[in-house]
Amino acid sequence: MANFNIYMCGVGGQGIGVLSEVMIQACLAAGHPVKGVDTHGLAQRGGIVSSHLRLGANVHTPRVTAGEADLVIALERLEAFRALVNVARTGGTVVFYDTEFQPIHVRMGKAEYPSLAELEQAAKKRQLRLERVSADALPDPRMQNTAVLGRLAGLNVIPGVTGAHLEQALTQVIKPAQLEANLAVFNAQAQPTAAGESN
Amino acid sequence: MSNFAEMIIKPQPWTGLMMGNHALVRAMLESGVRVATTYPGSPTPEIADALMAIPAEVRPLYFEYSTNEKVALEVAFGASINGHLSTVFFKSVGLNVALDSAMQLSMMETIGGMVVVLGDDPGANSSQNEQDNRHIARMSYLPMFEPGTPDEAYRMFKAAAALSQRINMPVFLRLTTHVCHAREVIQFGTVPTDEPNWLPAYDPANGPYWPITQSIYPLKRRAFAKLAAVAKEVETSPLNEILAPNGSEPVNGKRLGVITSGIPAFAMLECLDQIDAGVDVLKLGITYPLPERRLLDFINAHDEVLIVEELDRVLEGEIKALAFDHKVTAAIRMRTETEQLMRELTPDRLWDLLSQTWPDAFPARAARPAAEEDVAPRLPQMCPGCGHRSAFHAIRDLLADEFPNAITVADIGCHSLGAMEPYEMGTVLMCMGHSNGTGAGLAINNDTRPVISFIGDSTFYHAGLPAIINASLHNHNLTLVVLENYTTAMTGHQPTAGNGEMGDKILIPAVLEALGVKFVRSVDAYRQDELKQHLREAIAHPGFAVVIAKHPCMLKFLRDKQRRLANKKEADVGANK
Repeated sequence: MANFNIYMCGVGGQGIGVLSEVMIQACLAAGHPVKGVDTHGLAQRGGIVSSHLRLGANVHTPRVTAGEADLVIALERLEAFRALVNVARTGGTVVFYDTEFQPIHVRMGKAEYPSLAELEQAAKKRQLRLERVSADALPDPRMQNTAVLGRLAGLNVIPGVTGAHLEQALTQVIKPAQLEANLAVFNAQAQPTAAGESN
Repeated sequence: MSNFAEMIIKPQPWTGLMMGNHALVRAMLESGVRVATTYPGSPTPEIADALMAIPAEVRPLYFEYSTNEKVALEVAFGASINGHLSTVFFKSVGLNVALDSAMQLSMMETIGGMVVVLGDDPGANSSQNEQDNRHIARMSYLPMFEPGTPDEAYRMFKAAAALSQRINMPVFLRLTTHVCHAREVIQFGTVPTDEPNWLPAYDPANGPYWPITQSIYPLKRRAFAKLAAVAKEVETSPLNEILAPNGSEPVNGKRLGVITSGIPAFAMLECLDQIDAGVDVLKLGITYPLPERRLLDFINAHDEVLIVEELDRVLEGEIKALAFDHKVTAAIRMRTETEQLMRELTPDRLWDLLSQTWPDAFPARAARPAAEEDVAPRLPQMCPGCGHRSAFHAIRDLLADEFPNAITVADIGCHSLGAMEPYEMGTVLMCMGHSNGTGAGLAINNDTRPVISFIGDSTFYHAGLPAIINASLHNHNLTLVVLENYTTAMTGHQPTAGNGEMGDKILIPAVLEALGVKFVRSVDAYRQDELKQHLREAIAHPGFAVVIAKHPCMLKFLRDKQRRLANKKEADVGANK
């Protein structure tokens, strides 16, 4: 298999750590050699959090080079836009949860928050597949990452990684007390016809 | 006990996914480290997190958060000369704080062994500079290991500890940010289960440990002799290895070689995967002392050799000098541009260097065009509810209305973010504890522009005290605002001397009083009007004044509360069973 590069991002506090843990465990279970790296430190203070995950026997370094992500997973619209423009490769896939965390420059009127149409246009220009995830009535906004994982389960975009691998990894990572609610969110998104809007 | 803690202390070998920083803890346990110390700083705090995850009653070593890096290094040193294998870990700039003591280490017989773990930060991901601590190995005459992956960090810690125990000399293990935070599958070995021997073995006859004036020369001579012995050993060390993934066929009749270390060695492998040309790689796991014979053999076997290193010209200079002394005919190629001396050497940047050097083997690539889209920046900011935020809001308003030409000085910590919009408070920043000293200098013979310095509580204990004594003694006319949030917040909520998590609280007002500070006020940072009034009076006060603006870190406060509620719920459920 050729190398496969996954870039995950969002805003501090959104649960990128859990997302990245589920992803890396699922990819390991699927038999991929993995290397990953997460940002730590300033992330908690409302900054950008990112996690890199690379699959393949010929991967030597853990970071995804700009323009070489086969798959971008974003938990927020502006960060999806940033990664789409800077990190995704032409022809790759971007899956994002469509929620809005305005950065300070937007609040001060010094920068524009991107519209959905801008993302769609930027994706089209780069022949990217853009998957928007948005679920009404999540039991907890902290389950947005689980909704995105559920959507991924139905896409089969990562070679060899099935929905069952993702579900198994989710079961391993999420605390037992929250597991049932998370699995419900995951399964609702995994079946495209079930509750939860999709584009 | 958490699964993580169970695995990290499990005596039997196992294989699993692990972050570099966490893998180091396993290496400490396998090596039999008895004392570990630190002061938190990115990229290393997760080493301490992993140690703290092991319940104290089963943690087979003594661990402490020391007041600062210098104290941490001294505690580890004291343990080692008492016969205990010790380790100290901190970030790149932490070594500056510890350097006064570190410079004597090579002259000391550290009979228990001692590993000094450095978290360097090429790319300045979370630091005020990107200083290259490879220089310090040379300056302090101590060997240095440089892993490039979590697996290497684990294996090289063990090798460094073993070497240190063999030669009774501390050894540096230099990590960089993306070694610390990278994750991969590692095969771990066995943790010895023998009872620790806490017998205090200190004996001045092992030393002498008294380097003063003429007495330093035998000690320095001994340090050089040890280094010479290590230099001999590294000639055959398997940690220095030659890699030839594409074979060694000449390119256009030229035999090409690369000498490298750390993460750049792996970036080199990424680049070689993209071509068929044969370029040999000498990857150095031990970068001080250098294996001179091995380097010369490698260079002489090639027509051209490129030194691939990150940040300063450390290997470049030394290898060029070696080549000059030995009249090497091969061309030694190196970086030519200032920009190449900055930032991380990622595979794409390395490709550019390779194609600049050997365009036939590494064809130049067009630069990635800049995106046409305008993407709003997202800078880190203080959290919702943060007390610093409230304090900065009030202080900014006060200064704008009443002291528009005031000078504000920042220190290190979450509150450093106050310099950014919208507050722009604390516009001079250097390092831990600088703010009060710099503020004093700004206040000299200055009756027109009030000076306000900021400092966080963890930094107050870490490096703030000497400048506070200085300002108190000389009565410098400045105001120090202590932003007290009862934790070391920026690095992930480690304890402070004042929050009671490590021992009896050492309270800031009591310390200030004991240091002779005449003007001390304390107020909750949410009480903005009161804070303004205290500050007004502090600025009017002729001489040194301190205002403590306190409020718990809300991120930590809310998490602790959730945890307490969850525990209570569990207890209630248990009681009802």
